[in-house]
Amino acid sequence: MAINWFKKIVKDYPKFWETYLSCFNENQSKEQRYVVFDCETTGLDYKSDRILSIGAVGIQNNQIIVGDFMEVFLQQDVFNPETVTLHGILREGKEEKVVEAEAIIRFLDFIKNATLVGHHVDFDIEMINQALDRLDVGKLQNQAMDTDVMYQKLKYLPQEQQSSLDELCDIYKIKKSDRHTASGDAFITALLFLKLKRKLEI
Amino acid sequence: MKNPIAERITDFLKHYPPFSSLPYESLLEIAKTCQVIYLEKNQTLFKINDATHSFFYVVASGAVGLSVTSDSDDVLIDKCDEGDILGLRPFFAKNNYLMTAKAREESIIYAIPIETFKPYVAANPDVLSFLLESFASNTRNPYDKSHKGKLISENVIYNDQSSEIQYYQPIKYTSNPITASPNDIVKFVAQTMSSSKIGSMIIHENRKPIGIVTDKDLRSKIATGLYSIDVTIDKIMSSPVITVADNLSIAEAQIIMLKNNVSHLCVTKDGSTDSEITGIITEHDIVVAQANNPGVLLKQSKRAQRSSDLKEVREKLADLIQHSLDKNVPINHIGSIVGEINLAITKRAIELAIEKIGTPPPAQFAWINIGSQGRKEQLLLTDQDNAIIFEDVPEDNYDTVKKYFLELAEKATKTLNKVGYDFCPNEMMASNSLWCKSISDWQNQFKGWIINPADKNVLQNTIFFDYDFVYGNESLVDTITKTIHEEINDNQLFFAYLGADALKNPPPLGFFRQFLVESDGEHKDTFDLKGRALMPLIDAARILSLSKGIKNTANTISRYAKLAELEPQNAPVYEACADAFAELLKFRTEEGLKNESDGRYLNLSELSKLDKVKLKNDFQPINDIQEVIKNKFQLTYFT
Repeated sequence: MAINWFKKIVKDYPKFWETYLSCFNENQSKEQRYVVFDCETTGLDYKSDRILSIGAVGIQNNQIIVGDFMEVFLQQDVFNPETVTLHGILREGKEEKVVEAEAIIRFLDFIKNATLVGHHVDFDIEMINQALDRLDVGKLQNQAMDTDVMYQKLKYLPQEQQSSLDELCDIYKIKKSDRHTASGDAFITALLFLKLKRKLEI
Repeated sequence: MKNPIAERITDFLKHYPPFSSLPYESLLEIAKTCQVIYLEKNQTLFKINDATHSFFYVVASGAVGLSVTSDSDDVLIDKCDEGDILGLRPFFAKNNYLMTAKAREESIIYAIPIETFKPYVAANPDVLSFLLESFASNTRNPYDKSHKGKLISENVIYNDQSSEIQYYQPIKYTSNPITASPNDIVKFVAQTMSSSKIGSMIIHENRKPIGIVTDKDLRSKIATGLYSIDVTIDKIMSSPVITVADNLSIAEAQIIMLKNNVSHLCVTKDGSTDSEITGIITEHDIVVAQANNPGVLLKQSKRAQRSSDLKEVREKLADLIQHSLDKNVPINHIGSIVGEINLAITKRAIELAIEKIGTPPPAQFAWINIGSQGRKEQLLLTDQDNAIIFEDVPEDNYDTVKKYFLELAEKATKTLNKVGYDFCPNEMMASNSLWCKSISDWQNQFKGWIINPADKNVLQNTIFFDYDFVYGNESLVDTITKTIHEEINDNQLFFAYLGADALKNPPPLGFFRQFLVESDGEHKDTFDLKGRALMPLIDAARILSLSKGIKNTANTISRYAKLAELEPQNAPVYEACADAFAELLKFRTEEGLKNESDGRYLNLSELSKLDKVKLKNDFQPINDIQEVIKNKFQLTYFT
């Protein structure tokens, strides 16, 4: 049970959060699962900007499981017209949209205790954590791996030297056909992750 | 839920068989269940004897090699590129994989669960037959013949397909044949037949066949006096005519002819005698269709009317080469057959060019092939090298005559290019005004090369010493030969130049008997078979046979044979060179056929150990022959 002994009151968390937390108590007998995900956002400020869409896909046994997939588009209260040109998600787009809470619940239900993978994943995790905060629950508990950090390790690059997803795609000859949709980026990142994972012999 | 990743995979799959015959929605369902695998170079997907996976695979990018093990060497059987499927075994058989699949470069693979795919296979006969054929032939392309003979020890369903498949191919026949009506007069029908050079004519009524007249009818009924030449054709026609539908295979056509004891079949719209005539099949069509026969190819090239006809001959020739190699016909025999057919193709291309110009050549001329074509060593489609020699003409006529021959060469080389012989990158072709000139100019040209080898760049033009008469007046070529042999007699400087050139490529083995491979450029780490092994032998044969006054022999193996005759003391070296050359040429040809390239660069990692040993043994004679040249022309002083 996830009980914080230092908190005076044991908070009564909503059901979805309990379910999420309970995932981490299961014995990890199964094959390690990774979830590669990407958030499209209204901007790069995690305080004021909001998530537009989340795309995520599962990896198990070094294989991208195409059926193990989620994609969700969020209804927007905060809307930044400047970034529309970049990601192409309009406030009144065609996609079915859900409220932020619903999106986050679906996301938690999808990732369970998987190791999260992303390119510059800290930002995406922080965006999710901000949303979780608005739901008044804790932060993500999952382990996380960053494809850029993996690349730095592989090439012995200093931490400051960051590479964009585009750059790495060019280096590893991954077709960038669906860049800048959440699920497209997730898939590309997944391919990149498989390559780097193999090279680092993780 | 929408799944853009699955859509992306669907968009890829739909371009490739068998997926292309499935509807988009089904593909999307399949794509949703598949998995994406990344393979590093040399990573294996499955190994021989592995239990079969519950997936089969499609290469999304990169390349995967399929290999079997024989004598502890991996023998590459097939290479799967983008869109190719592999690992079909679990569909049809319960036992383990019989091949190893290994990534030959970084690859992304889509794994499709067999369980999801099975219902689609059952419901869709196109998909089933594609998979069955792929599986049966055990290569992804069911009609790929190049792997014949390598799978015998593998108990996969294997059969010698090439001859049979050809046998079951639809036959090509004459469509819209010339016909006559029943009340036409025999005499006029016979006149039409001879002017159109045909041996039979179908007699029709309202476009429906009612009979046929053949040479035989004319012979047995008219020439014998049974009927007069003025009767109507229906008196002598054979009736009824045997009719067949379109799309008959060669085998069927032959059987129907045998059954009915006829030599002609009439093709009609629905195959009955009561429908419109669309074509005629003759025995000749059947012979032509069973084409891998040098005689037929020769005949076919002589009859060719267009460059596309010649192209067809050249394509069938490739099959013939492959077939002969598989049957272990000595390479020299293959070479001479192929040489003859190449020759026939070139001749026909020249004739067609003359026909096209419309006026006969204004002077006697000779077309010669030079270089590898001249040596008749051109098994693969390499480039064309040729030249024209025309007789001396009055000076004021020279320009017009030359213009005619340049135009002729332009047209002929273009035709040859369409057939598949690339243009010579160095423009060593008769269409280049440098290499289309009168006999005196040619004599001066050769004299220049021989007397002043340094100034006249003889080294870039040694291929002109390997020539073969193709078309026209052969005595012009004999004159050239005579000039060359007069001029080179005891010309030490010329031989010194040529000799030094022949030695510029030492035997291609390093100090530890390892192969010398290309160290840079696009062919890095491959072995330059032409430059490092074939050329030294060719160059050596040329200089030695020139010095011995051997005439009218450009072929390298024949040159060595002649040399062995003339110089018994060195015969073992020459014979070894001939053998080595034949072996190396075979390597090149096989490599070229396998990769549809000119076979110049060998990928050593794909060679079996036995092949490597063979190859190395072929290099020893290069060393020996170069020693002979060094001593003979005293090049040790010169170089």
